This record gives sequence, C-alpha cells and structure tokens, in this order.
Amino acid sequence: MTWIALKMLTGDRAKYLGIVFGVSFASLLISHQISIFVSIMGRTTYLMKNVQEGEVFVMDPEVRQVDEVMALSDDDLYRVRGVEGVAWAVKLYRGNVRARLAQGNDDGAKGDFRGVILIGLDDSTLVGAPRKMLLGSVEDLSKPDAVIIDEAGYHYLFPGQERKLGHVLEMTDKRAEIVGICEVGQPFQSQPIFYTKYRRALEYAPPERRQLSYIVAEPEAGVSPKALAARISRDTGLQAKTRDEFKWMTIEFYLKNTGIPFNFGITVMIGFIVGVAIAGQTFYLFTIENLKQFGALKAMGVGNLRIVGMILVQALVVGLIGYGLGVGGTALFFQVTQNAIPLKGFHMIWQVMAGTAAVVSVIVVLASLLSIRKVLVLEPAVVFR
Amino acid sequence: MSAVTCTGVTKEFGTGDARVTALRGVDMAAAFGEMTLLVGPSGCGKTTLISIICGLLDVTAGAVTVLGEDLTRMGGRRKTAFRGENVGFVFQQYNLLPSLTAAENAAVPLIIAGQPRAKAIAKASEVLAAVGLGDKLKAYQNQLSGGQQQRVAIARALVHDPRLLVCDEPTAALDAKSGQTVMELLKAVGRRPDRAVIVVTHDNRVFKFGDRIVAMADGVVIDEPVEAH
Repeated sequence: MTWIALKMLTGDRAKYLGIVFGVSFASLLISHQISIFVSIMGRTTYLMKNVQEGEVFVMDPEVRQVDEVMALSDDDLYRVRGVEGVAWAVKLYRGNVRARLAQGNDDGAKGDFRGVILIGLDDSTLVGAPRKMLLGSVEDLSKPDAVIIDEAGYHYLFPGQERKLGHVLEMTDKRAEIVGICEVGQPFQSQPIFYTKYRRALEYAPPERRQLSYIVAEPEAGVSPKALAARISRDTGLQAKTRDEFKWMTIEFYLKNTGIPFNFGITVMIGFIVGVAIAGQTFYLFTIENLKQFGALKAMGVGNLRIVGMILVQALVVGLIGYGLGVGGTALFFQVTQNAIPLKGFHMIWQVMAGTAAVVSVIVVLASLLSIRKVLVLEPAVVFR
Repeated sequence: MSAVTCTGVTKEFGTGDARVTALRGVDMAAAFGEMTLLVGPSGCGKTTLISIICGLLDVTAGAVTVLGEDLTRMGGRRKTAFRGENVGFVFQQYNLLPSLTAAENAAVPLIIAGQPRAKAIAKASEVLAAVGLGDKLKAYQNQLSGGQQQRVAIARALVHDPRLLVCDEPTAALDAKSGQTVMELLKAVGRRPDRAVIVVTHDNRVFKFGDRIVAMADGVVIDEPVEAH
C-alpha cells in the first residue's frame, strides 16, 4: 500500500510539487534565519573565541557583556594571582579607539577616521594572540608601533586592496604600523580588531585612571575552571566567569536587551505559518480530489489504520524531500558565501538542522491531520453515489 | 444456499424530525450462478441495500447473510477483511487510480491482500487479457475509453476471485455498444456456480442480461422477484 500511496501522491504532479514547495520554503526560511541568528549571537562572544588560552575571565562585578568594559585596578591582577588554584593570570585590554588612516584609501570614504576595537595582549606571554596569521607573525608585535589587524577589518579599512603589510595609521595621535593580518572571529559590531602589546595598547587608548579590562586566568591541574571562578569571585569580590559562562552571559544580554530575537522569531514564525498553510492546503486539496479513490480502497478492504498509514507515508515523503531541499539550500548558501567578509564564520550548526527537522515534522503532521480526519470519517458507501 | 439473503432489512438515517427511512423491511435473495438485477428509480433504496449487503453500512433492523456469514454480527474490522476477501466491486464511475496503469489498477485487491507487487501485477495482467485488454496493460486511465476503463474495473473486481460481485450502475457512463460489451462480460463471469453477481441499474437495456430482477420503490421490494427470462 506504501507504493500505491506514493504513486497517488506523485501522480498529481502539480499538487505534489506544491506541497514540496511549501515544506521546502518553510524549511529554508527557518533553517536559514535561525542559522543567521545563531551566527550573529555567536559574534557577540568573539573575545571568548579569539582568546583561546585561559579558561577563566575576571572582570568588574557590574560587567554584563563582553563589550561593556569597566576597568579594574592593576592590583586586582596580583590579588587574582594570589588565589589558590590559579596557575597563571595575565592582563587583557579591550577598548574602542579611533584610527586615522595616515595614507587614506581608495574607496572615497567620507572622512578617514574609523572606530576600531583594540586588544592589548600581555607583554610577555601574548596570551590571547591570534592563532591563524595570514600575513606576518605574532612575534612581529615586538617591533616598534606594531599592530596586527584581522582580515575582515583590513578589507573594511582598505576595501578592494590586496593584502599587504606596512600600512600606517594613527591611533590617538600615535603611530601604528600593520605588521600582520590574522583570521579571527568577528565581533558583533563589524569593526576592525587590532592586536598589540598591552603596554602599547594603553598608549593608544584614551587616557583613564584605570585601564585594565580583563584578567585571564588558567586553573592549576586538577582544578576545574568553574571551581576556580567561584573561588576567585569569593576571595577577591570580582566577577569571575568560565569561558562558557561569560559567553552565555553575553548572549543573554543581547537576547534580553535588543530586538534581535524578536525580529528573527517573527521571520521564523512566518516561515512556519506559510509552510503549514501551503503544505496543509495543498495536501488537503489532494485528499479531497482523491476522496472517491480512498473510498474505493476502503470499500475494497483497506482498513482505517492502513489508510492513515498511506497518508502519513505521503506526508513523510514530502516532508523529507522538502526538508532536504530547504536545509540543503541553506547549506548551499553558507557554502557559497563562506568567503564573503560580512558573512565570514556564519554556518549552520547541527542543532539548527535538528530543530528544523522537528518543525518540519510538525508542519507535515498538521498538514496531514485534516486529510486524515476527512478520510477517517469517509463512508465507504460514498463510492456508490 | 443463497449467496445473499436479506430478511426484514430496515435502514434509517438521522434522528428525530430529520429521520429518513431508506429501507423498510426488505426481503431479497441472490443465488449462486445467477446475475440478480436490482432495479428501481433513483432514491428507491437500491444503493443503500447493496451498501448493506457489502457491509459498508449497518442495518437498523433485520438480518443480512452473505456467503453464509451473518453480517449483523460482524464488527467493522471483520467486515472490512470480509469484503477484501470475498467481494468484488464495479463502480459507476470506475474509481480507478489515475496514477496507476491498467495492470496496476487491476492488481490493487491482491496488493491489499498482501501479495507481492510483481506477482499481483502478473495475475492482474492475465485477468486483463481475459477481458480483452491484454494490449493495454501499461495504459493509464486517461489513455483508455470509457468501456475499456470499465473492463479494467471488472478485471480489478475479479482478480482476487471473489464469490460475490457487486456492480453499481456499470453501464451508466457508457455508450450502448460499450455497455453491451460490459454486460456480456459480467454475464459470463456470473455463470460460475460458486459466484453471484448483483447489478444495480435503472437502465432497461440491461434487463435482458439478468437471471432475476428485484424491483424496488420507496425502500421496499415492490413485487416478487421476477425471472428475467
């Protein structure tokens, strides 16, 4: 009967394609938009991704998300180092500065100042330095006025130009020379990221009484990051978070304080509703048009359970095909755009695929429910009318 | 033993003021080896009666015995299985599945019974050849004339070798020549001593094919069964 069910389904090509389209559209829109949303939220945690050494981030107790820096005292570093279980702890600067392109660029930009993110790495250990260098090396930070820029930031500042080193900028009237180009996770606000040594970063940063942004610490062997973070918080009164905790704290801030989830949620809901509407309506029409045939099958000895099975098989097949096309379309999109700077790092995670599968399952079940009901209440005697 | 015996069969639809009595104490019988015609004007209860005989509707009162089984004592699932095993249907509008070929359509009862597809189609092909459609096995419904479609439906009704064949207005959608061909075919298959054929019709051109005529009007059998010839 499975074979008959599938032949009935594919025999009406227009409706079959209509149902598949409805499910594909929903699947594509939902998986695509949720992937974009997840990727954007992922960008808010760029610092925790890019600083790959050290499992505990120590910060002011009032900090709510990674870009909301409240400076610590330099003494706080020593207090953290004094906590039992700390293997090492180093300084990390994170600030927003204005960079002036000393040599200008070719794209006719309005003015030559750009807001950039400046990361100051511990002078001796360079903890948090980029792992993937496209040009130059991290060691070149030892050179005078040396900074390393991320690839996306380079194209932002020097659009259309080939990657090359030696560009000179001014940051807070101080000279900076690009000695390296790296590939790192991009921030939420698409600003260039500059890496330099901590001491030099303080020279570039606007002068303030306190300038220490974060302390990055590593637990000793046998001490869990969570336990160490709790101990540091207790012993110093500062806020200490594991990498994961800091990541989710930042994401939660953006979820609660921006319209981003609401906006994406609406789009996902539209995709769901449209999917149900198109697939459901077309599926129902298909069933109505085949009602006599279903009645004939009932008359010829097909029980209700088998009829329901036939409809569910039809729904499952269009669901699988629609899901495959939709999610495949999303995967293709990210494959094609993987080198596009604005979308770099955007991808579809397996949880999005699983979630989309669950939603598509709901769509096809809802779409088939009306049809199932119609066929179940169908009197086989209708074939004699 | 009669193939079908109905005794005092009454069927009502609806309740209260909306109640409609479609059959009022109908007594009728259909014998093995015969074609019984159930005739009467539209709305007289013919379709209701054959629906009850096939187990597609339940009686309100009365007894129905089909092929020795008391249908009034059967549950829904058992009736469904009984129909699948023992009854072949020929519908007025053929009710073929448009996305299946002639052979696939004719094989449906065997597939419902659980036979493998290839074997069922092979058997159906033999039956189609027997009804003169051996060269139309791979044709789809829209490639067949009305008479050919009805012959596919007859093949489908016979493929699982049922003991009761029920035909509802089999010639209503056909021209005279095609109708003649279909009735000759039904007459031939009805001649088996272990099979009964019931044909519902109001086409008097068909009367000559019947062995017995049961006339109905307003939900009752209006006179004694008449032997057609």
